[in-house]
This record gives sequence, structure tokens and C-alpha cells, in this order.
Amino acid sequence: MLFVISIITFGIFFAAPNDPASLTCGRECTVETLEANRIAMGLDKPITVQYANMVKGLFTDRYYPDDPVLRERAPETVVVCEAPCLGYSFLKQKEVSSLVADALPVTVSLALGAFVLWMIVGVGAGVLAATRRGSWIDRGLVGAALIGYSLPTFFVGLLFLTFISIRWGWLPIPYYTPFVEDPLAWATGLILPWSALAVVLAAGYVRLSRAYMIESLGEDYIRTARAKGVRERSITVKHALRASLTPVITMAGLDLGGLLGGMIVTEQIFGLRGLGQLAIDAVTNVDLPVIVAVVLIAATAYTLANLAVDLIYGIIDPRVRHA
Amino acid sequence: MSESGRTKSVLTQSARVLDPSLSSTVSRTQFGLFLRRLRRDRLTVVAMVVCTIVVLGAAGSPLLQHWGVIDPIGFNSELVKGIGSLPGGAWGGMSWAHPLGVEPGTGRDLLSRIVSGLTVSMAVAILSSLLSLTIGTVLGLIAGLSKGKVDWFISRLIDLVLSFPQLLMLLTLAPVLVGVLNERLHIPDGPPSQIAFMVLVLGAFGWPYPARIVRGQVLSLREREFVEAAVSLGASRTYLYFREILPHLAAPLLICATLVIPQYIAAEATLGFLGLGIQAPTASLGSILNDSVSYASVMPTYFLFPGLVLAIIVLSFNLLGDGLRDVLDPKDNRKS
Repeated sequence: MLFVISIITFGIFFAAPNDPASLTCGRECTVETLEANRIAMGLDKPITVQYANMVKGLFTDRYYPDDPVLRERAPETVVVCEAPCLGYSFLKQKEVSSLVADALPVTVSLALGAFVLWMIVGVGAGVLAATRRGSWIDRGLVGAALIGYSLPTFFVGLLFLTFISIRWGWLPIPYYTPFVEDPLAWATGLILPWSALAVVLAAGYVRLSRAYMIESLGEDYIRTARAKGVRERSITVKHALRASLTPVITMAGLDLGGLLGGMIVTEQIFGLRGLGQLAIDAVTNVDLPVIVAVVLIAATAYTLANLAVDLIYGIIDPRVRHA
Repeated sequence: MSESGRTKSVLTQSARVLDPSLSSTVSRTQFGLFLRRLRRDRLTVVAMVVCTIVVLGAAGSPLLQHWGVIDPIGFNSELVKGIGSLPGGAWGGMSWAHPLGVEPGTGRDLLSRIVSGLTVSMAVAILSSLLSLTIGTVLGLIAGLSKGKVDWFISRLIDLVLSFPQLLMLLTLAPVLVGVLNERLHIPDGPPSQIAFMVLVLGAFGWPYPARIVRGQVLSLREREFVEAAVSLGASRTYLYFREILPHLAAPLLICATLVIPQYIAAEATLGFLGLGIQAPTASLGSILNDSVSYASVMPTYFLFPGLVLAIIVLSFNLLGDGLRDVLDPKDNRKS
């Protein structure tokens, strides 16, 4: 799957009308410099060779420009991209892997923090609504979920940023501090984007977990448990919730996998320099190696999340384990 | 039904045949049943009314503009002489003439722009859902009916499209596709080609969702007795596709459409927010929101109003879709 995606991404950009080499060449661009740049970037070779080089770079070192003669005579002009090499961004004069390494922690922090928040809020509210079915709490939560479900991420983000941090100054304007440096600053700096993402994403989980909780609360084994005298809290958590977790986890895996691919909108609004921002920069500048790398990372995250979901099934659902 | 119950019903039936006036049940058509169920669900009716107003407003806004009721293009520079060309007065220059205020810089009427923006946004949403539903239905039908290799291939294709990071691909595809539209197909750059672009990309990435639904439905429909009956009567393949199976897909597709349209309205706005798609001066919810972002902290009403309109539209369509699902498909009551 990843293989097919990498080929398609590569193909699309090769077919793009813009010439990446012309963007690396400044105002006084001559035909010779342009051609030299094109060779340095490896764009003179046919697309299949370019693709093969890219795949090869994942396992061995790559050199830019890939010219053995130059490497011997003037090694300082050749950039060595160590394996696994994702490519070299000529626009930023940096290896793609180092660009990604800078951006990835931001995106992962954003995604994981938001994930924890929206799962707790979403599933918690869903369970609460299901156990108080028909009450005003249930109606309120379902209504709130529907509204949250209908709000676009960028609108919530912009609303939060404008009012909570700029107008009222309740929270600082989001910024990223690495977790290892200062966990507290890491959390306070990201709480706003986390909440914005959680508002939008939790809504689906309220609906889903409520629906499946109601279904499993109506099952016979719940009645049996009640008859045995099991406490209500234990029934809710151990018996009903566990049975209704499977669809929730499926959705969670897909959402998290999708998010890790770069929260373009969220990062854009809050000015956080993660994968999404990296991707936007790369797209506006036709920075091919970076685009390919980001798309591949996103697709890998999605595929891995799918795999993780399948593995978790085995843990929570005994039927899958024995099958 | 118990044995005695069956006997009883057989008896009443024969009694009814003998004397029609004994009949206590009123016969109802499918549509009558549909309306009856719908009337009980007030929230869905409200949502339906809002959706109708939105669609009518979107369809009628060119006429309103022609008659001069709304003016999304005319500048009112006398209203924006404040600091940084911000509109004078509270709430973004709200007044009777401009109920939602005016744009900073140009002084264009915000309400007019939102109403005329609805036309473009709705056109994009409806056309792209038509495109994705058509592709999805055709591929889903083929996959569901042909099993084996073809089904495998289409299912993998669905997985593939779903595993692409969509927004990222839309962003990256934009320059390529716009180039193709302008140069190869000689569609001049402007609102028509921008709309065509949006419809193409949204349709191209949106079809897996309806395709999955259709495939699932077809897989269960093809095993049903009426299909078997048609086959044993010697029905041709085309007859089977179009007359036996397709009508049964109408309800799921209608539900799917009402749930997909709000997604596309939001997607247009999101892409517009990122500076893609419909460009100013053409108004669409996306392009208005994109213009308003830079004024978010100094003039919040500028993004608040189009954002709220967007949220209300999306909410109503979602409610309508949920309601229709409950009404048309009473078996699937899980989500109600």
C-alpha cells in the first residue's frame, strides 16, 4: 500500500507544470545555472531512476549532487545524506529527515494531547448520556455533540484563539516547548489547540459510545450481572463499556492516524511549526522531496494506526483472540 | 406470530374479503408512511425548513443581486475611514443598511456577500456530492455484483484513496489541476474553473464513502429472494442492475447525500480558509472566511458571522440526514 502511494505521489509531482529547478535559481538565472541545478537535484534523470534513487536512499547514503568525480575533488561541496535518507530539500538547504525531525515532535504532541482529551471527554460523555438515557443530561450532551460535530475545526480554532487568548487573555497564545525541557510549559502552550481539536473530534465519540453503550446495556448479561448484585459502576465500566469499545477504538485509530499526517488547519491557525506547516511550505514552493516525505509519513501513520486497531481488538475482544 | 394469532388473522382476512366494510386498517402508501413518521420528528422538520431556505437563498441570490436587493460587489468606502480602514461604529459597522456590518478596506456589505457566497458554496457542495455519489454508486454496484477479482480491486482502490492524507493531497494537487484546467482544457482562470477544480478534487476524494455503502447494500440485496426470483424468470443483467437493485439504493443514497453535502460545504470553507479554491472577489463562504482571518483579532464579527452561518447550515444538513435515516431506515435506530 505504502509502495503504491509513494509511486502515485511521485508521479503527480513529476507531472506538475512547475519546474522545481527554476525555483532554486535566483533572479540572475542563466540557462547554464538552471541546467547545473537540475543535474544537482537529479532532475535530469528519467522519473523511474529518480524514484529508484529515492527508495535506495532509505537504505544507503545519498550524495547531493550525485557525482563521484566531484566527491573526490571537492568533498566539501557535496552533501552527504545518511541512511535512511528521505531526500534533500534544495530550497531549505537541509536534509528532509532533519526538517521532519524538527516538525514531528510538534505534530505528535498536538495529536496525542488532543487524543487523550477527546477520548476522555467523548467516551465519558457518551457513557454518562447512555446511563442517564432520556434525562436532560442525555439530551444536553447529545445536542452539544451535534453542534460540535457540525463546527469546522478552523472556526473553533479561530474562535478559541481570538477570544480565549487574544481578547480575554485567559491562556497564552499557543507555542511549542519540547516536553523534555519543561513539561508544564509544554502543556500550557498546547492546551488551546488540544481543546479546539477535542471539541470537534469528541462529538463523534459521544454519539458512537452512547449508541453502543445503550445497545450493550440492553443485553442479557447486564441483567445477569445486576441479578448477581454487581455494583452499578462496575456494570457500566467492566461489562457494558468493554463490550462497546470495539467500534470506538476503530474510529479512534483512524482519527489518530489521520491526525498524525499533519494537522494542516490547526497548525496554521495556531502558528505551530509541525508537519502540516512543513507541508504547506513545501507545496507553495514545490519542494518535491519534502512533499513526498510528508505524504509518506502521513500514509504510514494511517496504516500503522489501522494495524494497531487490529492488535488492540485481540486484547479487548476475546472472540477475536480465539478466532 | 403464534398459531392462534395466525388463524385469527387468516379469519379476519377472509372476513375482509367477504365484507370490505369490516376492514379496520387504512392502507398507506410508502410515501404516506414516510410523511407520517417525519411529522413526529420536529427537529428534522426544522432542519428541513432551514435547509430549504438555504437552498432557495443560494438559488435566488443571483436574482436578488440583479434586482439590487443585495450588493456583494459595490464598495462603500465612506464607511471604512477608521484606523486601518476598519469600519466605523460598533460591531463592524452594523446598521440598518448593513445588518451584519461591512468588510474592512472595501466597505462591501457583509450580509450581501454571505448570501451571494451561499450560491457558490452550495453549487460546489451539490455538484461535488453528485460527482462522488455517481462514481461511488457505479463502482460500488460493480464491486458488489461482480465479487472476485473486480471486487477485490475496487475495495483496495477504496482503501488506497482513504489512506491518502486528503487535505494534504488537495493542497498539493491544486496547482497541478488548475494548470491542467487552464492550459489543456482552455477554461480561463476565474470562478468557473475554480468551481470546476473544487468539484473535481472533492469528488475524486469523496467517492469511497458512498462506494462502501453501495457495495455493502448490494452484497446483501443480491442474496434476497426478489433478485433470485428475477433471475429465475430470466431477467437480463441490465434489468437486474437498474430495475431490481438500483431502486433499493435510493434511500441509502439520499441519506448519504444529505450527510455528504455538509461535509463538502465545510470542506470548501476549509480549503478557502487555506487560500485555495474560490478566490476573492467572488464570494463564497470559504473566500469570505479567508479574507476575514487577518482581521480576526481586531474585528471578530467579520469571521464570526460567516462562520456561524456555515455552522448552522452544516448542523441543519446533519440533522436532516440523521432524521432521514431514522425515518427511511427504521431498522438502524442505533444512532438516534
